[in-house]
Amino acid sequence: MRNFFKNINRNKALLFMVLPGTIWFFFFSYLPLAGTVVAFKEYRFSRDGFWASIFRSEWVGWDNFKFLFSTDDAFTITRNTLLYNLAFIILGLVFSVLLAIILSELVNRRLSKLYQTGMFLPYFLSWVIVGYFVFSFLSMDRGLLNQILGWFGVNPIQWYSEAQYWPYILIIVNLWKTIGYSSVVYLAAILGIDKSLYEAAMIDGASKWQQIRRITIPMLAPIMTIMTLLAVGKIFYADFGLFYQVPRDSGTLYSVTNVIDTYVYRGLMTTGEIGMSAAAGLYQSIVGFVLVIISNYVVRRVDKDSALF
Amino acid sequence: MQMTRDTNKAKKTRKPRDFHRITPGWNLIFNLIAGIFALACVFPFVFVVIISLTDESVLASEGYRLIPSQWSLEAYRYIFESGDTLLRAYGVTILVTLIGTAISLIMIALYAYAVSRKSFRYRRFFSIFAILTMLFNGGMIPTYMIVAQLLGLKNSIWALILPLAMNAFYVMILRTFYSTSVPDALIESGKIDGAGEFRIFFKIIVPLSLPGLATIGLFSTLGYWNDWFNALLYIDNPNLVPLQSMLMRIESSMQFIQQNSSNANISMAAMQSLPQDTARMAMVVLATLPIIFAYPFFQRYFVQGLTLGAVKE
Repeated sequence: MRNFFKNINRNKALLFMVLPGTIWFFFFSYLPLAGTVVAFKEYRFSRDGFWASIFRSEWVGWDNFKFLFSTDDAFTITRNTLLYNLAFIILGLVFSVLLAIILSELVNRRLSKLYQTGMFLPYFLSWVIVGYFVFSFLSMDRGLLNQILGWFGVNPIQWYSEAQYWPYILIIVNLWKTIGYSSVVYLAAILGIDKSLYEAAMIDGASKWQQIRRITIPMLAPIMTIMTLLAVGKIFYADFGLFYQVPRDSGTLYSVTNVIDTYVYRGLMTTGEIGMSAAAGLYQSIVGFVLVIISNYVVRRVDKDSALF
Repeated sequence: MQMTRDTNKAKKTRKPRDFHRITPGWNLIFNLIAGIFALACVFPFVFVVIISLTDESVLASEGYRLIPSQWSLEAYRYIFESGDTLLRAYGVTILVTLIGTAISLIMIALYAYAVSRKSFRYRRFFSIFAILTMLFNGGMIPTYMIVAQLLGLKNSIWALILPLAMNAFYVMILRTFYSTSVPDALIESGKIDGAGEFRIFFKIIVPLSLPGLATIGLFSTLGYWNDWFNALLYIDNPNLVPLQSMLMRIESSMQFIQQNSSNANISMAAMQSLPQDTARMAMVVLATLPIIFAYPFFQRYFVQGLTLGAVKE
């Protein structure tokens, strides 16, 4: 015991440094874990505050989950979250690696830098702004897209109420926003490849194409694997902004735009089905946790240094 | 004479194929692909700028045009004349961004420094304490209850600052940065000279790790500037609405009126009280402009940040 206090005293300056962060983690990361218990309760808001609200709500066991999984919503939001993320991961990987290779091969370095600056822009903008951008294209009566379709004699389309187009729109918008950024990650990796490999290949008479296929891509494989696995670990979490802002929260599109995150939000703020949406949230947390652990385990086997833990 | 001889010579001795570079044809194709994509990334912003500079009256007849038949600065004049809300939202965003970045930078930098110190006895515990938070997530509802009910931050400016203040991932990035860029011997020599931990941190560590701190600071600044989610959850008071959230609110009140008014006159009157199309686009432009101007300068730090965490101890 005395030793313990001695150690505390000896480390007090460093302990003091971690104190604010520790308090933050406690309130914003650990305490919410205890709050997930509302998924098993019929939540009733109490004026006496947080603890009273939780303790006075009636315990209903698995009822919230039973309700949730008896609706179509559970299937829809799971399917949407998984399929969209899968599309983002696969297409994002292919396009950003291609783009990185293209950028690395450009003869004019200045132009390459200029392109990179342009591509990086969307990453810095919020989904609200992107939502406005998309609206300027898809507005029913004023949007650019309907004008262009008009030149070909196509009647104006009510983009914000026709669900069939939205899988494509969301995938395109997401790729537009993220590819520039991720291709710069891969570009940094390409520029880090040992130049002597290419020198050796050139002496052996390998063409540029052969160099790309036999050197660049294999050298990128580890980082591609790791980035993909880390993304797979997060496959149960959707980008709330993309699915909420870009479709303008349009009700007729929910069948293809509702993901777990937006479902939980609507349960909390609009429909008031707190128990059910807390159940959906816990479902997401648990599956998400398992996936992170698995993908991190796999990353660890591939490359120990890239694992999160 | 000299010149022709030279060109002849060049023709005769066939230039060996340049394996360093792709052929000019492919170079052109690659330039086109990269150039078109880069243009596509910038184009929507340019388009919104154009819409904001269009005369409102021609919008109804010709829609959003790349080259409108009539230009106008009316939207910007309208905003600056009746711009109380915008100015206030700007103020909230700037305040939140400044305070938030300062707080989060201090918290992250101190935490990361402590867990980077090999002599810190509880180093392992606090590293794991931070890393664990990256693995699980209590979710939106419990977090909402804690921020709104337990901490009582609803309609408080702190609800916009605190939820984004700490980030385990940045802690890990910075921890790695410290341990690779600050030699242990330097800290030891500081200790021998009798400097306390805080003194060592501010006099030795901070100056040496400025690039790392700048990167984290910029990530954090961007996070605060672009945040609308916390305002969506916690802010109802119109005086505390930040910029991004204000743009969102204008948006949804427009839709609300369009969808829920059976009486055309009321809806017309209500619509007129809201900013017109061009004015809304002008607000989007004004909200984006600071980023557009600043980001070519700090782009370098972001790329650096991506590779920062790459080297682990």
